[in-house]
Amino acid sequence: MSAGTQFAAAAGAAVALPARIVEPFMYGLQRLLGIKRMPWVFLVPNLTAVVLFALLPVFINIFYSVSGSDRLYPWDRPVVGGANYATLFDCDNFLDPSTCSRDLFWRALGNTLVFVPVQVTAMIVIALLTAICLNRDIRGRGFFRGIFFFPVMLSPVVVALTWQWILQRNGALNGLISSAGLTPVNWLVFPNTAFFWSVFVTVWAHMGFYTIILLAGLQSIPRDVYEAAKMDSATPWRAFTRITLPLLKPVLLVVFILAVIRSVQTFDELYVLTGGGPGSATMLMVQYIYEVGFAAQPRNFGLAAAASLLLGVALLIFTAIQMRISRGGKDD
Amino acid sequence: MTEASMSKTDMSISDFLTRRRRRGRFGWTDGLTYAYLLLGLVVMFAPVLWVVISSLKTPANLAEFPPTLLPYSSETVVVEGFDQPLALFDVVGEDGETRRLAQIRRVGIQAQMIDPADPEAGRVLVPVETATPVRRVYLAFENYTNLLASSGNDLWRYVFNSLFITVVATLITLVMNSMAAFALSKYRFRGSNVALVSILATLMIPATVVLVPTYMIVAQLGLVGNLWGVILPTVATPTGVFLLRQYMLTIPDELVEAARMDHASEWRIFWKIILPLSSPALAVVAIFSILSRWNDFLLPLVVLTRRESYTLQLALASFQTEYGIRYEILLAMTTLTALPLACAFIFLQRYITTGIASTGIK
Repeated sequence: MSAGTQFAAAAGAAVALPARIVEPFMYGLQRLLGIKRMPWVFLVPNLTAVVLFALLPVFINIFYSVSGSDRLYPWDRPVVGGANYATLFDCDNFLDPSTCSRDLFWRALGNTLVFVPVQVTAMIVIALLTAICLNRDIRGRGFFRGIFFFPVMLSPVVVALTWQWILQRNGALNGLISSAGLTPVNWLVFPNTAFFWSVFVTVWAHMGFYTIILLAGLQSIPRDVYEAAKMDSATPWRAFTRITLPLLKPVLLVVFILAVIRSVQTFDELYVLTGGGPGSATMLMVQYIYEVGFAAQPRNFGLAAAASLLLGVALLIFTAIQMRISRGGKDD
Repeated sequence: MTEASMSKTDMSISDFLTRRRRRGRFGWTDGLTYAYLLLGLVVMFAPVLWVVISSLKTPANLAEFPPTLLPYSSETVVVEGFDQPLALFDVVGEDGETRRLAQIRRVGIQAQMIDPADPEAGRVLVPVETATPVRRVYLAFENYTNLLASSGNDLWRYVFNSLFITVVATLITLVMNSMAAFALSKYRFRGSNVALVSILATLMIPATVVLVPTYMIVAQLGLVGNLWGVILPTVATPTGVFLLRQYMLTIPDELVEAARMDHASEWRIFWKIILPLSSPALAVVAIFSILSRWNDFLLPLVVLTRRESYTLQLALASFQTEYGIRYEILLAMTTLTALPLACAFIFLQRYITTGIASTGIK
């Protein structure tokens, strides 16, 4: 507690001097515009940043996706209509990526469509299990909560390098395996094992975040509901399915939506851990956007924008459906 | 009689061992809980511990397979007539006696050895499988000093860049977000809802989706390869505004009105009254801002194209390929990068977890 307040005090001190310098200027504005217009003065810096780096980019992105060439500035770019989308969708057979002109896009899309459900399911099941364990009356609760949470604080690069060190050919995992008398496996070289570890590592890194949210949800369920269930000699499993899950539903929904949105955007960890490889086995959509728009020469901003717009629309539709379903559930 | 008392003491011991804070006995569900938590302890913590241990191993020790649990270093000895120190081995002779010899070189399955105590006795050929290296636990802190030496001033450059981005972006975020939150919580004016919704709507726009146009705007501002190019796009966090506004709504409006009676200017009301009262919320926003700026990767990767503008994270990721063979340096760097946040975490854990639990936002 005190560390946080001290920090706030330090931050406050750092703001104090500029605030004093700004004061006459702001007072002048107040005299000029009147109190009624002052809220806009307070809003201007934040709104400028929001418009410049969030709202405007959405519209520019739409323009990028319908314009061609490798030029960065929109006014240099010729409008090509749906050509970028046509390139992405140029396939002889949609089930076979190798027949597409942009086969990497379809491979990344396919990987994402497998990765997201698997990772989100694993994430929520493990986070829920952990939250339930941490919600019990156990010793060392704070300690265990910290243990499950701390990877959230680690940077994605550190997470990836840590696991790469463990999974490499002569790493700790293969050391354990060979001392148990089994044959070591080169985990990140085979598509299937690389994919498995991609899911594992991202769950390892982020599950603590969802555990904390679910734990808060569990703690808001009154204990006497469970006491009553115990009186009626309900089994733990029955108590879980009949009490915990229904009462946790709103929190679970939030966790689910957050987990999907984040899962779809997975990039940092896998970029360092596998680089999208072997081949393109662990390349997801965001990495494809990065590769096409920034890593490859010449940079194809139009294609990257088209792909990211499709990604954004997919996320929007997903969230809308989820909201509709949850609202429908409430009406019942 | 004795049997009964025995079983009674047994009971009390097992009671003592399984005693818990509240009533109730130690059931099978508790056993499962502890088993799961202990498994979690190993899976969550062991990898990081392993990296820290590995970062203290010598390159020779790192090359071993299967890896040793603790960092070891071979004992060496300086023998007259040899420039390099020679590695010591315990050799089991044919007579079953163990002798301590220094290895000169290995030839296939044989090794040329010499007795360091008696170099005149000449070289002996020893089968490799009879020799085991003499080792002791040794923490190779020179990996860290080598890292500093080999990267020269570059490392400090990266640390400075990361710190600069984190501190400046967090301060700007705090000021801008709290100004906006003040306007949206302490005034009633036309368009306040429009402003609030347009700020919160950006929650729905993932940063990766608008990567290309964000880069374009940064380029248009002339900030590619400049630390400000990473700072500016990230400062208007909708979550910060939301959290601060919700907190400021709980501060009574009477305080603001009383200050106006005393002819305090609006700016003065903001930074002398509202801002200090919001310090708990400011702390949460600050912590999240620090966390995400320090760990940020994709935007710096795209914007910071010049080597001297690299952040610690970018440098670490590029070290991976450059120092691909020098694992001891890479591991030391990984540990150093994770260290500041690990320390912060110990102090701020409660803040962070309550912050997440109350907003569901990172």
